[in-house]
Amino acid sequence: MPSRTGAGSGRSLPEFGLLLLVIFVLLEGSLLPLGAASSTSKSCEEAKQGHTEVHNFTKKAFPVLGVDYGHIKNPFEISLWVLLACLMKLGFHLIPRLSSIVPESCLLIVVGLLVGGLIKLAREEVPPVLDSKFFFLYLLPPIILDAGYFLPIRPFMENLGTILMFAVIGTLWNAFFIGGLLYGICQISNSDLTAIGILPCLLFGSIISAVDPVAVLAVFEEIHINELLHILVFGESLLNDAVTVVLYHLFEEFSVDGSVTVLDGILGVISFLVVALGGVLFGAMYGFLAALTSRFTSHTRVIEPLFAFLYSYMAYLSAEVFHLSGIMALIACGAVMRPYIEANISHKSHTTIKYFLKMLSSVSETLIFIFLGVATVDGRHSWNWIFVTMSVVLCLVARVIGVVGLTFIINKFRIVKLTTKDQFIIAYGGLRGAIAFSLGFLLKEDHFHMRDMFLTAIITVIFFTVFVQGMTIKPLVELLAVKKKQEAKRSINEEIHTQFLDHLLTGIEDICGHYGHHHWKDKLNRFNKKYVKKFLIVSERSKEPQLIAFYHKMEMKQAIQLVESGGGSKLPSAVPSTVSMQNIQPKNPPATTKPAERVLPQLSKGREEEIRKILRSNLQRTRQRLHSYNRHTLVADPYEDGFSDLILKKQRMMAIDKKIKEMTNYLTVPAAAPDSPTMVRARLASGRNTDFIPAQQQKGNKKPSDPQSYNMKPVSGGVPTIQVDLASPQSPDSVRLLDELGEADGKEQEKDQGLTMKLPGGSSRPNKPGETENTREQQKLTRCLSDPGPSADEDEDEPFLP
Amino acid sequence: METALIKYLCRFIKNKNTKTDNLILFRYSFTEWPDVKESSIEATFLQKSSRHRLMLSSLTQSAVLCVSVSSSHLLRLYERFESLDRENRGHLRKEDFQAVRELSMNPVGDRIIGSFFSPGQETVDFPSFVQVLAHFRHTENDRIRDGAQKEPANSTARRLKFVFQLYDQDRDGKISRAELLQVLREMLGMQVTEEQLQSIAERAIQEANQEANQDKDDAISFDEFRKSMEKVNIDHKMSIRFLE
Repeated sequence: MPSRTGAGSGRSLPEFGLLLLVIFVLLEGSLLPLGAASSTSKSCEEAKQGHTEVHNFTKKAFPVLGVDYGHIKNPFEISLWVLLACLMKLGFHLIPRLSSIVPESCLLIVVGLLVGGLIKLAREEVPPVLDSKFFFLYLLPPIILDAGYFLPIRPFMENLGTILMFAVIGTLWNAFFIGGLLYGICQISNSDLTAIGILPCLLFGSIISAVDPVAVLAVFEEIHINELLHILVFGESLLNDAVTVVLYHLFEEFSVDGSVTVLDGILGVISFLVVALGGVLFGAMYGFLAALTSRFTSHTRVIEPLFAFLYSYMAYLSAEVFHLSGIMALIACGAVMRPYIEANISHKSHTTIKYFLKMLSSVSETLIFIFLGVATVDGRHSWNWIFVTMSVVLCLVARVIGVVGLTFIINKFRIVKLTTKDQFIIAYGGLRGAIAFSLGFLLKEDHFHMRDMFLTAIITVIFFTVFVQGMTIKPLVELLAVKKKQEAKRSINEEIHTQFLDHLLTGIEDICGHYGHHHWKDKLNRFNKKYVKKFLIVSERSKEPQLIAFYHKMEMKQAIQLVESGGGSKLPSAVPSTVSMQNIQPKNPPATTKPAERVLPQLSKGREEEIRKILRSNLQRTRQRLHSYNRHTLVADPYEDGFSDLILKKQRMMAIDKKIKEMTNYLTVPAAAPDSPTMVRARLASGRNTDFIPAQQQKGNKKPSDPQSYNMKPVSGGVPTIQVDLASPQSPDSVRLLDELGEADGKEQEKDQGLTMKLPGGSSRPNKPGETENTREQQKLTRCLSDPGPSADEDEDEPFLP
Repeated sequence: METALIKYLCRFIKNKNTKTDNLILFRYSFTEWPDVKESSIEATFLQKSSRHRLMLSSLTQSAVLCVSVSSSHLLRLYERFESLDRENRGHLRKEDFQAVRELSMNPVGDRIIGSFFSPGQETVDFPSFVQVLAHFRHTENDRIRDGAQKEPANSTARRLKFVFQLYDQDRDGKISRAELLQVLREMLGMQVTEEQLQSIAERAIQEANQEANQDKDDAISFDEFRKSMEKVNIDHKMSIRFLE
């Protein structure tokens, strides 16, 4: 026990937080599970003993408290590992200095080493954490799906040729170069190694040659390299899977058999095509299925996100059944389903998918690196200086030669040439990782007596690349001044112009009679728009052009930023807010493809509905409380488009605020008794003005950022107004009102309108006739509809100040 | 040198009545492809027909000497030009472009066609054809050019200008709201309501104005346009491999 904590403090730097975390984990680990966890037999026995004891006890009396650890052993241990991983991740980020120097992956491996060491110290058996089956079936898929789902399609497709070149030819070259030279070295070196045949060497080469997506992701995410380099290295690491799978199976088969014929070689090539294309096919199939399913999930939003995961996981498993490339299947599935799913599912579900994926993949990644460390301690090693050092050296040499040679060829075909710096980063970024280890782990001892040596060499190469290259790549990137990733903020102008350029280039290619990149992209887009989208996307959204979708996304982002920055009170003054506010408005029209005139009555209907609801919420509070809970459906969320809770609140505040203004406006009319009837009528007619003034006034003291301090009393200016406190903010009623408002169907329109009216520039933008009409229309409606209003409000007359 | 090109040259000279400036224009459009060896078009040309040599040399000798052609690309373009020019008139009219099926489906097809025709002209001949397409030719950045020459058509600025003019149909130096709306309407088709278009256009203009810290006029000036295109790698985007 003390030794463990001692080790813990020795490792952790003075930083208190991490120390605490580590000790906590270790304490917990040492108390129960790690010890028990690791010693399968021992703990089982103990558990059995405990069990029998309990059993003996039962004869005497009913056991009040029993211990049965065996019962929960596996899930408990798994949870504990995950917890350890998460806490470690948490801990590293509490030490900014450390995480800025050392990549997370390195730290995690160190943690794994330490944990493994501790388990060994306790003389327990290290659990086989990085079991290949476990790794390939559970740990790897989340990371790959995450990569596939968020794959930047455009740069990926634009560089597909280069990526494939590196992934296929490069990996082949690496495998044969390393394998062949290693064989040669083995032959001329001491007697131990001469026993290794050429095929095991090639097998080793094929295992060690593939760049690992997990390692690459972990390191490249931290160095913020520019998009081109990132996609080149990362894409290579994803697509080389097919090559690795085929080479691995090929050589494994042959090393057992011991002979290769030319036919086998040809079959290998065919097998490669089958593995790669089959994987992609499976992935695409499941992707389309997922997209199709998501078309019908509008009534069961709760399970919506699950489909995306299930289908992709099944794609992976189905591909694995046939020994196809599961990684390719996952990538294809994720990339294919994403655009359709995104269009079909609710914004919230999409956020769920996003976060869940990120969470899963980051936990998997953390676990993989920790396990790599643990497995290193655990494994039986047979260290052979020559073999290990030669592996490392050959890996580096092969990579450099491969990259330089291939770039030389590729550059002849590329429009944007790869510079020397780029080549260096590509070569240097070729990290090896856990996939190689797991493949090595899969080798059978009886066929490969040199398995331990292979594993040792593999681990050394992995550690070398992850530690040395992973740690130095960041300073090198800075040193070489490699172009960094640009701020990804895209403007609407950029989007418009980019699309325009796409069309332009397609046109020019057509004029030249050249069927190039743009031509085919355009063809594909057309096909997609014409058939696929109609089939896969819920009808009304299938016609939404990309630009509009982009526009909405951007609007939303900006609105959120605006509200988050507490801009609520500043709304009227800041120009950007003007922009964003008025722009929330068109959010609804896209869904309805009808012409503008027909949208108007709809808007007013929504309004009508909402006003009814406000009134109802005050009149019939009790009834509203009933239908609030249902286990299987989310509360119908009007803000489907997913603002965060905070924003929701704020938006609702605005909505209410506005509503109240309208009520005030309504009430203003009778209150303005001093006015002559004609004046009243005039005001009625020019509803805009009357409405506008209180709105302006209220803006002054409105603080939507804090619901509690929300002040509904307008500063009464020249216009006599009656303040209506629909519900005092402190009372539970206000909450009800919020919910109620939230549920209003037409809320979106409402909110928009409200915001529109608050525009200072409202009057200065007369070029929007539709809007003005809207407003007027609404006001008319408001007036007729709110007729029962006063009576409703009079019921709770306290706030009703004459 | 390829005979087709020579044939064209001959016909060009014949048809055009070979004025000096035409020849210079011709030469200019060819120098847009200067990275290839100075192919001795002149020599071949002289062999082919002494009559034309006389004509040519009597014009601007230097012009002919300077003609440097990227033989294969230019030839391919010329073949394309001929196939577009189905009635063998030696020049293209709008209808010839419109006959390209894909182009007629292109939402901005008419603009593209329009860009080939200088204002007031009904036809486009091979040099101007080449000249327009030269905007899309990919270059290495570090080519050495003699200073006297004009900025190449595929420089970033000229490319931007070219695109800008596709927007700016009335050529008043800025993209007005109406022009932007027009483009949006063409690109988005009938799927969007007028309101949406309006708000997008509004947004775009405001954004452009803000980004460039410029006056809040109701249009996008060239500077603003250039600013908003800064992040788009236009040299990369506006390159067609075919025209290398």
